Amino acid sequence: MLHTLTVLVDNHPGVLTRVSGLFSRRGYNIESLTVCQTDNPDVSRMTIVVDGDDWVIEQVTKQLHKLVVVHKISDITREAAVERELALIKVRVRAENRVEILQTTDIFRARVVDMGRNSLTVEATGDRDKIDALVKTLRPYGIVELARTGIVALVRAEAN
Amino acid sequence: MELSGAEILMKSLELEGVEVVFGYPGGAVIPIYDVLPKSRIKHYLVRHEQGAAHAADGYARSTGKVGVCMATSGPGATNLVTGITNAYMDSVPLVAITGQVASNLLGLDSFQEADITGITLPVTKHSYLVKKVDDLARVIKEAFYIAKSGRPGPVLIDLPKDVMNARTEFNPPDKVNLHSYKVFGKGNGGKISEAASALGAARKPMIFIGGGVISSGAGPELRALMEKTSIPVTSTLMGLGAVPGNHPRFLGMLGMHGTAAANYAVSECDVLLAVGARFDDRVTGGIAENFAANSTIIHVDIDPAEIGKIVQPKIPIVGDAKHVLAEILEQVQTPEIDAWLEQISAWRKEYPLRYESNGQLKPQFIIQQLFEIVGDKAVITTEVGQNQMWTAQFYQFSKARSMITSGGLGTMGFGLPAAVGAQVGNPNATVVDIAGDGSIQMNIQELGTIVQYHLPVKVLILNNSFLGMVRQWQELLYKENYSETPMVSNPDFVKLAEAYGIKGYRVTDPDQVRSTLAEAMAHPGPVIMDFIIPPEEKVFPFVPPGKPITEMLGR
Repeated sequence: MLHTLTVLVDNHPGVLTRVSGLFSRRGYNIESLTVCQTDNPDVSRMTIVVDGDDWVIEQVTKQLHKLVVVHKISDITREAAVERELALIKVRVRAENRVEILQTTDIFRARVVDMGRNSLTVEATGDRDKIDALVKTLRPYGIVELARTGIVALVRAEAN
Repeated sequence: MELSGAEILMKSLELEGVEVVFGYPGGAVIPIYDVLPKSRIKHYLVRHEQGAAHAADGYARSTGKVGVCMATSGPGATNLVTGITNAYMDSVPLVAITGQVASNLLGLDSFQEADITGITLPVTKHSYLVKKVDDLARVIKEAFYIAKSGRPGPVLIDLPKDVMNARTEFNPPDKVNLHSYKVFGKGNGGKISEAASALGAARKPMIFIGGGVISSGAGPELRALMEKTSIPVTSTLMGLGAVPGNHPRFLGMLGMHGTAAANYAVSECDVLLAVGARFDDRVTGGIAENFAANSTIIHVDIDPAEIGKIVQPKIPIVGDAKHVLAEILEQVQTPEIDAWLEQISAWRKEYPLRYESNGQLKPQFIIQQLFEIVGDKAVITTEVGQNQMWTAQFYQFSKARSMITSGGLGTMGFGLPAAVGAQVGNPNATVVDIAGDGSIQMNIQELGTIVQYHLPVKVLILNNSFLGMVRQWQELLYKENYSETPMVSNPDFVKLAEAYGIKGYRVTDPDQVRSTLAEAMAHPGPVIMDFIIPPEEKVFPFVPPGKPITEMLGR
């Protein structure tokens, strides 16, 4: 099962290596990993999607906690959270299917951000499922190139 | 007052209470060696950087202080790696200081450049590449705090040469400010009460200790618990010495070369209190589900990541062994275990550790004789292999920090440099390195260090002209295919001793053992004793890898 961990770490060089090295060394699989600065310039947020059962996730969490650079880890898989991913998808187009592709992007509330003679580039944001669905829909037209950021996530604020 | 980075390093080490450093100079650390003579710290020049790391390790294990080693950039630093890994696996507090090429040369494949923080990332508790001299005092303070607190471990500080030369105001921080680093002390009160009730209600309880009992200094609490409850204790290799080896409730080591009584008792117990142990495959037989399968497991460890890593305990307690045992001791009721103790006595009577006395010179006999002569006054280091296991079985360690051995990593060549460190840290103790003819040759250059500093280390070689432990596996598991295990060109160790100006003895007859050992131990300087033992002698009991620990050959 995929788990989403948000990890607050020191914003220092080498921290990414410490975290990613731990995953490969202990045999855990990273599905995606994003890093960005937080509001506090000394702290970065990593959003790590990792595949594993509860035992693996417990081990991952405990081992991560042992890294001196790690401040806080939250497994937000089962929490109400906003998860978003950005994708750029360059799709092959021909004159006869151009309109069809544009309609598809509209349905997914994606935007066309670049257009060439034989291709156009679609920008989409959403949760992982939505991006997966868009990619699947566009695939029959021919995907030339694809870039996905991996997800970033924040726990939802409590109502009231 | 402005000081150079090198001066700040030495001053900071002094403030941390460092008395000795084991090291080896080189181009990138000359600024440090330039100011070293002005410092109060005594430097021990080893003959190979691996020796520096192991010596610092032996010093740390035998004294409980943080060991410090130092090497130059590139090959100097990479030569430390085995020693750092060794300390990491056995949770030994170590600070390794490496020189690095100047900042402007970093990343350019410069002469003697190696990415040592990268190389040691998986084998250090933490590491620093110091880019600014202003950070240095803080980094050193943090490094020592991290190395010795919580579950101890090695910390590496990589210092570019320009940082050693740069000057700044020296303002040593008075405390460590690490928000992200947490140390667990006291265990959860509720879980401790659960543990105490489980032990009190048990009919077949066992205590299983590891190195954590020694590093937390929990021996007295453990012995008090044994006295109060009569619960028998077994130990991993790393826990030997926490309980007197001749204590009537101590069953000896468990696991692959454990005693039959310990292995049976752990397999049949109904409550198992594991303290500061990590259920290594050499203990469990590699099949964790079969280990203590009928018992309620209580696991006490200061490292939360050890809990549930191999076995799922019913009662997990994250905390310092000393605190937790003291609290369990206070709460526990004495269980009714007479029948269980009788069962254990029967196992002990039926399957004692033994060897055949057939007139040959037996390693087990040598170790027993050594114990009778030096007993609890000695600090013993070992190499790795048969010599190590015979020592664990037949030397009745009775003091914490008297058994210095490479457990997790199993580093051949550890014993001699570790003995250097142990002797430096315990100048009045008898320090004996129990070695094999293979292992001793892996860091034999450290004889030079022993001679230079007049360290009266006693080297006891159990010489079977084989890599004995591998030979044993080849005999028992690989159809006697002794591929590359005969040591066909061993040096004459007595002549080798003489070449270093060390006293050498060769013993081939059991009748000479006692007198030679007595003479060697009384000799004021270092000695090498070459005991010629039969190559066929094996370490028993032996649980073949992957088997449950009740399936012992030669029990």
